[in-house]
Amino acid sequence: MENFQYILPEIFISVSIMLFLLVGVFKKNSASLIYNLSNISLIILLALIINLSSLDKIYLFNESYLIDNLSNYMKIILVGSGIFVMLTGSKYIQVINLNKIEYPILILSSILGMMIMISSNDLIVFYMGLELQSLALYVLASFNRDNLLSTESGLKYFVLSALSSGLLLYGCSLTYGFSESTNFDQILINSTDFNYGTTFGIVFILVGLAFKISAVPFHMWAPDVYQGSPTSVTLFFAILPKIAALSVFIKFLYTPFANMNDQWQTIIVFISIASMIFGAVAAIGQKNLKRLIAYSSISHMGYALAGLATVSNQGIQSSITYISIYLVMNLAFFSCLFMLKRNEKYYENIEDLSGLSKKHPILSFSLLIVLFSLAGIPPLAGFFAKFYVFLAVIEQSMYFLAIVGLLATVVAAFYYLRIIKIIYFDPEKEEYETSHNLGLKITLAISTIFILAYFIYPSGITEIVSKITMI
Amino acid sequence: MNFPILSSLILLPTIGALFILFTKSSSGKYQSSKYVALFISLANFLLSLYLWYVFDKNSVDFQFVENREWLSGFINYKVGIDGISILFIILTTFITPICIISVNSTITYRLKDFLIAILIMETFMIGVFCSLDLVVFYLFFEAGLIPMFLIIGIWGGERRVYSAFKFFLYTLLGSVLMLVAIISIYWITGTTDVEKLYELGIKAEYQNLLWLAFFSSFAVKTPMWPVHTWLPDAHVEAPTVGSVLLAAILLKMAGYGFIRFSLGLFPIASEYFTMLVYVLSLIAIIYTSLVALMQEDMKKLIAYSSVAHMGFVTLGIFTMTQQGIEGSIFQMISHGLVSAALFLSVGVVYERHHTRLINKYGGLVSIMPRYAIVFMVFTLGSLGLPGTTGFIGEFLILMGAFEKNILVAMIASLGVILGAAYMLWLFKRVVFGEVNNQELQSMKDLKTFEIITLTALVIPILFFGFYPEPLMNSIELSVENTLNMYNFDLINNLASKD
Repeated sequence: MENFQYILPEIFISVSIMLFLLVGVFKKNSASLIYNLSNISLIILLALIINLSSLDKIYLFNESYLIDNLSNYMKIILVGSGIFVMLTGSKYIQVINLNKIEYPILILSSILGMMIMISSNDLIVFYMGLELQSLALYVLASFNRDNLLSTESGLKYFVLSALSSGLLLYGCSLTYGFSESTNFDQILINSTDFNYGTTFGIVFILVGLAFKISAVPFHMWAPDVYQGSPTSVTLFFAILPKIAALSVFIKFLYTPFANMNDQWQTIIVFISIASMIFGAVAAIGQKNLKRLIAYSSISHMGYALAGLATVSNQGIQSSITYISIYLVMNLAFFSCLFMLKRNEKYYENIEDLSGLSKKHPILSFSLLIVLFSLAGIPPLAGFFAKFYVFLAVIEQSMYFLAIVGLLATVVAAFYYLRIIKIIYFDPEKEEYETSHNLGLKITLAISTIFILAYFIYPSGITEIVSKITMI
Repeated sequence: MNFPILSSLILLPTIGALFILFTKSSSGKYQSSKYVALFISLANFLLSLYLWYVFDKNSVDFQFVENREWLSGFINYKVGIDGISILFIILTTFITPICIISVNSTITYRLKDFLIAILIMETFMIGVFCSLDLVVFYLFFEAGLIPMFLIIGIWGGERRVYSAFKFFLYTLLGSVLMLVAIISIYWITGTTDVEKLYELGIKAEYQNLLWLAFFSSFAVKTPMWPVHTWLPDAHVEAPTVGSVLLAAILLKMAGYGFIRFSLGLFPIASEYFTMLVYVLSLIAIIYTSLVALMQEDMKKLIAYSSVAHMGFVTLGIFTMTQQGIEGSIFQMISHGLVSAALFLSVGVVYERHHTRLINKYGGLVSIMPRYAIVFMVFTLGSLGLPGTTGFIGEFLILMGAFEKNILVAMIASLGVILGAAYMLWLFKRVVFGEVNNQELQSMKDLKTFEIITLTALVIPILFFGFYPEPLMNSIELSVENTLNMYNFDLINNLASKD
């Protein structure tokens, strides 16, 4: 029983979810209360996880659950960004009348699912976590149920995601069939000999995971879901599931399938290159900012996967650094989106940014920093993210991947520049509201300063991440 | 040497920019911001002059070196200067205050943002010239794109968006390959520290590809034919001050990069590709001179002349002779002063008459006599008349070229004649002749601040034209050292082959 202290965060968040549900049912008009309580519980959750983060490697429940440096770090950035997602979206969901008790509870449940995914060391536990987070996400995507786009996006996400979960489950069963175990470490031990069954298992599992991370060619859901969902949910989609899926990627590739890297390396390289190029090219013609950021996130996932394709600790660390910086950039970008409000209406088209810099110098400056950083221009944080990845990629002499990736950044730079052009060079439009809630302002300030000042002390994240070793 | 003088040089403009960011504007004229910017940039200029004063010209080592742990222990923030970089730093700190004074007339809106952009730009430019680590160099080299993109895009002319995009994407495309090369160097040798790399050397089999990767970046930035097409567009659309910065300093980053990195790190490859550089430089000299001859837009003409002058620079660098490289450096400094002055001169008439078309002008000598005089000095400086800095640079480059390859030198000499042709013709059409256009009559002669900026440029052009010794003194040993290392590496390589 002494094991339970190690999963205190998970227990705490489960209990909170149930408690909040009860409060929501029995107390009328408690939506705002529950929203705030959820935020507080997330902060406590973060503290609990940090409290455990000194642990090096602990197996729980018959080795089906693992707490190590990777899971700890990923959970910290997961919950940390969860807090900021809640902070930035609070005003938004009130304005568009989505402030219902289910909203924060669904977010908490999906965070719980992701935490289980991140810590899982067993196919069945992993699948449970995955489904818990997915089910919550389906509902969140269609949360604005009176809106046609939102319901469409929820349905689309549900159908495609269910399909991919099916493939993933099939992959799991193949893997189990050929390696005689569901435990990751056991699979590693049993899969020393090459056989086609396990290879198929790997392919199916990778397909399922690539879907969750919205990598090409399993990206089709992303633009529609990003555009249709309420913006606060889009922000959630853009960050948290990616963190969880990336850490599961790392886990799968480097624990059960570590011996088979000659099998999966080409797949990852292909997915990575396809995502980088497709994300960059397809974003050029977009008019909606949320849709654009969907394509941009596709290409960013390509870079994160490029690190994983290297089969080296350096590569894994660079991917983790990449996703950490990526989430900050997304937080900043969406905070800016939440500020484009006029007469109780939020604007999300690129044209709405026209001439923003004249009336809103600070907001436009933040956007400028974020966009250049997304484009990977030094000395901003986005450059360092790419730099680490390419450092790892070139260490393994994968020059093709590096050169294609860097050329894709030039293409991607074009559409980021286009937004900057509209903000700074184009004639101005009507003014937006300038009063925003504190959480939004704080998030924008922190994330912008992080991006801007990252170069002063760039080794901060790297040092923490360097503890994570998988090989 | 405890005081981090180079870091202060780099950071001072940024601090100034932050200061301006938080100053309140009274009546929207931003007078105080302008004074702050001017003060900061002048302080930086004085600091760099002090640096030159205390700089030990009899040493070949890098001086004022600062070495700090930066990127998780494996890449250090390392800056330091030798006789070559100090000149470029002084050029930068000298041009910036001139830009800030000229802001007066040319920038009519969002002045505060403009001053911030210029000061940030200065930080990056100084950073480029003193970084002694490849990653730090890349950081500064690329970061300069952001303010320049904004300067062209926000304050530029009609086709500013097109030009800004072209400028940004061209340069970025060239540079990403350099990033691959820098990371490769790190994994090949285990360091990106330039000084260590000079000692270690890079294996011959890697050099050619790495050289090409660096070349792709520097060639775009120089700009060399055939990737020069962004420059005329950027120059024409940029505001006067933007053109000045672009021509005077940004283009020099590439020339500096050639000397410091291409020659220093990849001597074998540099030797191997010499002919390529010669051919491209000659095409640049002859072809763009001819193109310049036919231009109707003054700024475009000067932009093309910049390409031709930079062709001389690359030619001089790759002669690998003492005279050639010294000449190239001198030519870069000279071009920095002269082209800045020419763009300012064009700005003067553009601001009064709102056109840059040559045929709209004529006979300015009788309307604006003072302007005619300074413009003449700059024209002569540009075509390389003895007594101006332009002459010394071109002369030394041609001397170096004659030593190596007579044919190349002879073709290049033709460029000098063509240079004289298009500059003199420009001068004749604008300044001499009848005043055909009656609107010109109302044009006023130079204002005080224009006299200040233009004379500030006339003085060094003439002074160093007659007495180049101080500049030569500064670069002589460093060039000699670069060449010694270069030849040493070549001989070693030959020996290892036998």
